[in-house]
Amino acid sequence: MFARLVYESFRRQKRRKLLAGAAITLGVTVATAMIAVATDIGDKINRELRTIGANLLITPQEDTLDVEIGGVNLKPPTDGAFLSEADLPKIKGTFWHNNITGFAPMLPVSVALQLDGKTEKVTLLGTYFAKRVAFGKEEFNTGVRSTYPWWRVISGTWPDDSSRNVLLGERLAARLAMKTGDEIVVSGRELQVSGILSTGSGEDDQIVAPLSLAQEILGKPGAVRRVYVSALTKAEDALARRDPKSMSGPVYDRWYCSPYPQSIAFQLQEAIPHSHAEQIRQVAQNEGAVLTRIEGLIFLVTLAALFASALAVSAAMATAIFERRAEVGLMKALGAGRLAVASIFFAEATLLALIGGLVGFGAGSLLAYQIGRSIFNSEIAIPPVLLPVILAIAVIVTFAGSAAAISKAVGLDPVFALRGEL
Amino acid sequence: MSTGVSQSAQEVAAGRAQSPHTSMLVRMLVRAAVLRRGRAAAALLAMVVAAAVATAMLNLYVDVQAKLRHEFRNYGANIILVGKDGASLPADARSRVESVLAGRGVVAPFALVVSRTSDGQPIVVAGTDFDRVRQLDRWWSVSNWPSAQQQALVGVRAASVVSPKNRPFDLSFQGHVIHLTSAGTVQSGAAEDSRVYLSLADFVAWTGIQPSTMEVAATGTPEEITAIMRQLEQAIPAADVRPVRQIMEGEARVLGKTRATLLAAAALIILTAALSVLSTLMGWVFDRRRDFAIMKALGASERLLNGFFAAEAAGLGATGAVIGFILGIGIAAWIGRVNFHAPVVPRFSILPFVLAGSMVVTLLSAILPISLLRRVQPAVILRGE
Repeated sequence: MFARLVYESFRRQKRRKLLAGAAITLGVTVATAMIAVATDIGDKINRELRTIGANLLITPQEDTLDVEIGGVNLKPPTDGAFLSEADLPKIKGTFWHNNITGFAPMLPVSVALQLDGKTEKVTLLGTYFAKRVAFGKEEFNTGVRSTYPWWRVISGTWPDDSSRNVLLGERLAARLAMKTGDEIVVSGRELQVSGILSTGSGEDDQIVAPLSLAQEILGKPGAVRRVYVSALTKAEDALARRDPKSMSGPVYDRWYCSPYPQSIAFQLQEAIPHSHAEQIRQVAQNEGAVLTRIEGLIFLVTLAALFASALAVSAAMATAIFERRAEVGLMKALGAGRLAVASIFFAEATLLALIGGLVGFGAGSLLAYQIGRSIFNSEIAIPPVLLPVILAIAVIVTFAGSAAAISKAVGLDPVFALRGEL
Repeated sequence: MSTGVSQSAQEVAAGRAQSPHTSMLVRMLVRAAVLRRGRAAAALLAMVVAAAVATAMLNLYVDVQAKLRHEFRNYGANIILVGKDGASLPADARSRVESVLAGRGVVAPFALVVSRTSDGQPIVVAGTDFDRVRQLDRWWSVSNWPSAQQQALVGVRAASVVSPKNRPFDLSFQGHVIHLTSAGTVQSGAAEDSRVYLSLADFVAWTGIQPSTMEVAATGTPEEITAIMRQLEQAIPAADVRPVRQIMEGEARVLGKTRATLLAAAALIILTAALSVLSTLMGWVFDRRRDFAIMKALGASERLLNGFFAAEAAGLGATGAVIGFILGIGIAAWIGRVNFHAPVVPRFSILPFVLAGSMVVTLLSAILPISLLRRVQPAVILRGE
């Protein structure tokens, strides 16, 4: 009897059920999409912040001081210590390898550029452009094209990492009146200019070449002066700033297993022999602050979205039940108790919430996917664990929205309800 | 008896005929609101909440850019002035930059030379204005800022070379020697760690070299910053004015994405809120089909009925919008305080949009049921069918 009442109610009142169901579906859609966006926004913005450049720097442990002004290193090129290029893939073997979005080794070399019989001293910077590096079975592309997205080749093309082609800095090219395709003679080697590079900083006055070429000119195969690492990190807190040496076991584990700039730097230092890794504070310190602000903002906005969808669901349910006063009157006149009437309404509400919740979850996932595609050019992942949470929220909100209207409807005198005098 | 009734009815009718037509409409509107205050309050509440949420979202959307730009200025300079061909900038360059900025940013001068330590090691020494650097380069981790003359701020890597155990040290440049004490160390993870920083006065007295670089952190939209760069080029022709593309492009990307996300969220939230108003109000109007039928049976014209329900809806929309606007400004200000530690400025320019949007939603939710009811005979409604 109970099941038949509910079933007939759905069969005969399609319009009303459809309206209430649509409201629940819409509410759940918005809630799902916003929760999905809010849980993923940190990661998405973190990746966008990586466009500001590397946030960690690995240098040789026993290095001499940098003598660098305006991007020009005045230190004798063979002076000081080097890292070994062969150790670099180990960066991808650290605990937080998934958080490391890329790295670029740097080897500045002072070279003599011969031009029309004149010789000029310039810096040649050896690096990876987009080199394929293998660690174990894993292969990945890394280099300045991923770590420094604001570097632009304004004419010509990026050289291949195994070629003998170079890029000329924008200001250097203008000063020497060189263009793409020209041949230059550097320290007795003939090299081809494959493009003109614009970076807005020191590299505009330099020659940028594949790392192997710079090592050959320097006469130190496998040498790297420093490595810039771009990693997704977590905003620094009190724990992050503590000295790992002073930590007890569990605290140390927690520190080691959190993607703080400090702990990632610590692990890089462990992975690369004779190295010193440190956060580049300008980048690392500020991204935490920006990230916290944006995450906080989207979190508060998500609360507003949840509130608005809860309101929409409650409003629709209250209206739907209010319209059925006469029905309540009839049921009560036929001898139904308050509990029986209320349980019919609650059963209907649960059913509506579950159907609306399921459809809404699907639509919300689709919406989140679309938002991710159109804004961030990457998918927003919906954790499956969200489904039961969303369904539970939908049922609770539908119940809460109906409760006031149901208790009012149940309390009515059937006589008035049937005469429609309310 | 019957004549008495018809007489008094005639009197009432005469009295009503004399009173202005609007007063009837007003009375109907007021009575409708008072007699069914429960449902009217529910409809108004839905409207207020919707308008508040819409106001807060729009206000945040307009203001978030300014707030985040402020955060991005912690990344330091976004414009760099360099003397052409490495030459020093003119002596009044700093005051000219400051007059161009007019409070829209911070400028810090830098002068750099390579000097020698007492055992002949080369080291880069920079002269700057410590007060400005503190504002510009907030990420510097400094143990103690210099406050007296001949005090230096030593990079953490340079410290072990020039001043182990914090001993006073000498630096020489082209035969001139300066005697310095270390006030503290600076750590940045970049080139600063290998340098020694002096106050500009000490630096110029020692080397005789004026600053060749000015780092400028200008605040504003990309257009404003481009304009500032153009003005700087005109004010100091001897300088190369360069944008720090790394910072500018990263900022533009992150701001753009955040705003787009916020816009999508705002659109969804406003849509949901509008629909909840629509469903509440439509239910309310539909519920009053008996009022509608009685009015029609008593001979109210279509125009009067439409006018009545439209006026009611518009009144509700306007009241809800104004109360909601005030609440929404409060919510936006609260979010600003909690998240950005700075109040979100109330934007009164969005009031017309919230007002218009509310009226459209309320009118729509009144007109839809009315147009449905208009086709039905009053008798059918009154019989409860």
